[in-house]
Amino acid sequence: MSDKLTEKDMRSPFNSEIAEASEQGMADCYQCGKCSAGCPMVDYMDLMPNAVMRNVQLGLRERVLGCKTIWLCASCETCTTRCPQEIDIARIMDTLREISLRSDLANPEMKDITCFHEVFLRSVRKNGRLDESGIVMNFKTRRPRHLFEDMAIGLQMVMKGKMPFLPHKIKKRSEVKQIFKNCSDE
Amino acid sequence: MAKIGVFICHCGENIGRTVDVDELTDEVAEMGGVVVSTDYKYVCSSPGQDLIKETIQKHDLSGVVVAACSPRMHEPTFRGACSAAGLNPYLCEMANIREHCSWVHTDEEEATQKAIDMVRIMTEKVKRNTELKPIQVPVTKRALVIGGGIAGIQAALDIANCGHEVVLVEKTPSIGGHMAQLSETFPTLDCSQCILTPRMVEVAQHPKIKLYVYAEVAEVEGYIGNFDVKVHQRAKFINADICTGCGDCLEVCEPRSIPSEFDVGLSKRTALYVPFHQAVPNKPVIDNETCKLFTMAAEAGREKLKRSDCGECYEVCPTKPNAVDFNQKDEYIDEKVGAIIVATGFEVMEASEIAEYGYGKYEDVITGLQFERLASASGPTEGEIKRPSDGKTPENIVFIQCVGSRDPAKGISYCSKVCCMYTAKHTMLYKHKVHDGQAYVFYMDIRAGGKNYEEFTRRAIEEDGAIYLRGRVSRIYKEKDVLMVKGFDTLSGMPVEIAADMVVLATAMKARPKVNELAQMLGVSFDSYNFLSEAHPKLRPVETAAAGVYLAGACQAPKDIPDAVSQASGAAAKVAALFSQDLYEREPVVASIDENTCVACFFCLEACPYGAIERKEIKDRDGNLIKTVAFANEAVCQGCGVCVSVCRSNSADLAGFTDEQMFASIEAIWEQVEEKDVA
Amino acid sequence: MNNDDTNMKQIGYYPGCSLSGTAIEYNKSLTGIAPLLGFDLVEVPDWNCCGASSAHALNRKLSLALPARVLAIAEHEGMDSVLVPCAACYNRMVKAQVEAAENENLKQEISAIIEMPFLAKAKPVSIIEFFSEMDSETITSLVKKPLEELKVACYYGCLLLRPPKLIKFDDCEAPQVMENLVTATGAEPVEWAFKTECCGAGFSISKKEVVLDLTEKILRNAKSEGADVIIVGCPLCHANLDLRQVDILKKNKDINIPVLYITELVGIALGLTPKEVGMTDHFIDTSSIAV
Repeated sequence: MSDKLTEKDMRSPFNSEIAEASEQGMADCYQCGKCSAGCPMVDYMDLMPNAVMRNVQLGLRERVLGCKTIWLCASCETCTTRCPQEIDIARIMDTLREISLRSDLANPEMKDITCFHEVFLRSVRKNGRLDESGIVMNFKTRRPRHLFEDMAIGLQMVMKGKMPFLPHKIKKRSEVKQIFKNCSDE
Repeated sequence: MAKIGVFICHCGENIGRTVDVDELTDEVAEMGGVVVSTDYKYVCSSPGQDLIKETIQKHDLSGVVVAACSPRMHEPTFRGACSAAGLNPYLCEMANIREHCSWVHTDEEEATQKAIDMVRIMTEKVKRNTELKPIQVPVTKRALVIGGGIAGIQAALDIANCGHEVVLVEKTPSIGGHMAQLSETFPTLDCSQCILTPRMVEVAQHPKIKLYVYAEVAEVEGYIGNFDVKVHQRAKFINADICTGCGDCLEVCEPRSIPSEFDVGLSKRTALYVPFHQAVPNKPVIDNETCKLFTMAAEAGREKLKRSDCGECYEVCPTKPNAVDFNQKDEYIDEKVGAIIVATGFEVMEASEIAEYGYGKYEDVITGLQFERLASASGPTEGEIKRPSDGKTPENIVFIQCVGSRDPAKGISYCSKVCCMYTAKHTMLYKHKVHDGQAYVFYMDIRAGGKNYEEFTRRAIEEDGAIYLRGRVSRIYKEKDVLMVKGFDTLSGMPVEIAADMVVLATAMKARPKVNELAQMLGVSFDSYNFLSEAHPKLRPVETAAAGVYLAGACQAPKDIPDAVSQASGAAAKVAALFSQDLYEREPVVASIDENTCVACFFCLEACPYGAIERKEIKDRDGNLIKTVAFANEAVCQGCGVCVSVCRSNSADLAGFTDEQMFASIEAIWEQVEEKDVA
Repeated sequence: MNNDDTNMKQIGYYPGCSLSGTAIEYNKSLTGIAPLLGFDLVEVPDWNCCGASSAHALNRKLSLALPARVLAIAEHEGMDSVLVPCAACYNRMVKAQVEAAENENLKQEISAIIEMPFLAKAKPVSIIEFFSEMDSETITSLVKKPLEELKVACYYGCLLLRPPKLIKFDDCEAPQVMENLVTATGAEPVEWAFKTECCGAGFSISKKEVVLDLTEKILRNAKSEGADVIIVGCPLCHANLDLRQVDILKKNKDINIPVLYITELVGIALGLTPKEVGMTDHFIDTSSIAV
């Protein structure tokens, strides 16, 4: 990726791709920074939220889809609520996440987070509902650095009856499986 | 026999590129009644006009058609040429083959054919034009200025200095407006009241200015040169003619518990009050919504006031007869004027609408206008910057620009124009008064386009150490007793959190809420923000769509003092121009109603948007009423033609656009259509 | 929905996945107080997970389809409204319902994906909306144990009120609904600055340090304004403020503040025991409250 911003970048279809997919006016953003000012996760992000918007406007596809920021967004909707130009920034983050995975550009340092989401959805697809103890186990196995975290707490949860061992499977699981299938075909 | 001369303009390439002017000229020469058909590169030029004049005289033309641009451009030019050649100007019409033809079509053949049709339509019309004379209406050489802020004051003085009488109506008890509330003004840092009050005194002492304060305009009727205005004078309960302004009553009025409007709530006033020390007129009024005598009577359900409730002011007033008069009533005074200038100014947005900034919740979050009062030597803290909560001097102040402005989410898309400048000024005033204080400014852009403005803002940063952070603030909250401002600097890409002693919000400038009612009374348009509309944004900034009504100051759009003053003088010049004649000439395109055929249904009266139709009684020689018919007042009529279209008996007609002229024009299209079909 | 002979109002009920596991107290307390308030909670049959944060993070269509299935079933059962105690589930449900209601094409698309008719008519109701629809005098009249002198910090979190264009309820910058409820129980709501600041949500497991950082700020502010307890309306907020407080306390012993679900507080006020509402199972000791 070049160090200079080129015309090729600025005229690339990435901007309109994101605008269309998120149904938001990307050109509306006048970089006031209010989103970044109110974001609770800024301390952990590489690109600030307003910088994500700017990079999309300038067509810097790899930079945006490969950043950590989009995975660190907590979807708290503060930015969307306060944006003076009424842009749904949280929705744009969702769009960028989806496209980032689809393009296989997700930042490798964010594997904890992407893995968690995948493990979560896998549980829902299988059971129709979230198997809370199951996803914790699953997550720890896939991300072994978390293996011994929260052991004491986990034990207490079990003792308090807050961690049912067996997942609740809904009757019409196949309907949920079908929904997942229908959503992946598009 | 009609002898029409047609002049076809190329307008350089504007018309010539799309319309085949030669073909057009030839075709026109064949039209019935046309004795001369000629073309020229630029008919509006001097030689072009000379060509028209010569041709009129040479061929003794009975009518002229100029096929060129829009009549809005050059109708006066060509009519003037005809006049000069001795032909009644209303026997000259234009066929707009530019804006309505060459500029909107690309197919040459079709455009040329359309131009031919357009010229034929106009030729047929002109054959039926009659000589019209402009209507002259007398002009009352008195002006009404609504609003006593700097714009109103300037306009009033300019007109009065021309020797004409001015009626100046101001809603609050003193003139001066928002400018009187300011501490220093940019870019010179002149003390605002020091430069304003001499003007205010000039107004008060000017023999030609009749000043109403604590008054509003209740009704306006009439038309340019002849307005009938009703001024609603609120009861002051103090006779201003007797009152000497000694101030004894001010000492005794209690309680001092009403938030002062002038100090934007930072101090309290009494019910009997003068808004500020340099008020003009410097005579108090009694606010009956808060005066004990009135409120206690209202609570007890009494109409009569009881002396035992209060009346201290009356007791202490030294004049004979007593200037205090609790029996005073609201008055309605009729004034006749020839022109009106609207200078109602602006108000500042309600900052609590931006809930995330905590205005109204946290005492030390204030607006820019409130900061002006703190910085002002005559203000509630005598010019010392003090926190409203505890009176301490703030060690730092965070200024936030664009609060409400440029914020479609909060309902305002526009920029308020002055905030960048006054915020820079605030940082400088703060620095000059609190040498160790630190000012922070959160901004999106710096708009400093006026003369010496850019240098002024740079001074704040380069010399007075203000720290400018580019980004908006997300929210302001209190952590224990400390105000935390959570913002961002996009230039460094870093979030910023500042523990602020005080926060100043540069709130948006808005039009006054009820001004749309005044506008409707005057026939002036306004936009979705209630800013009044000028006649043309570029070329007619002080006139409105209503003839005789002009604009000055922030009521038209956010602006600073130099622009308000310029606009006020501009409006005054327009008024002076109007008053330079005893008679005002109006276009004779007015309606007339045939009283013989009028059936007196008065649909026209209902339909007329200008109130130009009246009832006229027709009496016999003995004074007995035969019938009442509709009558169009040619002085008020604007020539819209609505009465003509609603008239059931075909009695109404419009001079210059008579039924005969209009039908002939329309039929002129059909003739050609028929010919084409046949061919 | 008809009132049956016992004069109980029926309302659809979507507990959500957490309420049978990590947020079991929420379910306990809510189902405990519902009959006292005159409500019969009718669970949506065979409901599925709403997808929470993970669905919308990865697949927009899925994030609308999963809640839509629940609402479609609710519609089919004749439910006008569905009480959704979890703030995250509620937010997802509202998104699906409102977006489909406002966009016919989207509605059809979702119906096709879930392979069942979906009219976007069943209205999701949040826990605070549920309480706000009751007359505060009614609630006060049911109070058996007025929680006098108990200072309560109401924590709304992110998803009960934002974004305001979607959830047209209360004022997302200066909410008062929970405070009104607290007053009705006899307790004293505390004004504080972190009512709607994010707790870190789903990062509880995948990026714990974020949650510790954000929740510490929230707890600290509540404590500094004199709160005795924080009440919440979301399982994840509760986990982050209660469970994760254990780790925070290791470094900052001064913070210690119990965290209750809204329904637990109301339950105590209406006369239920701590064990009955489930607050004995929290990580941070709550015994100071129900004395």
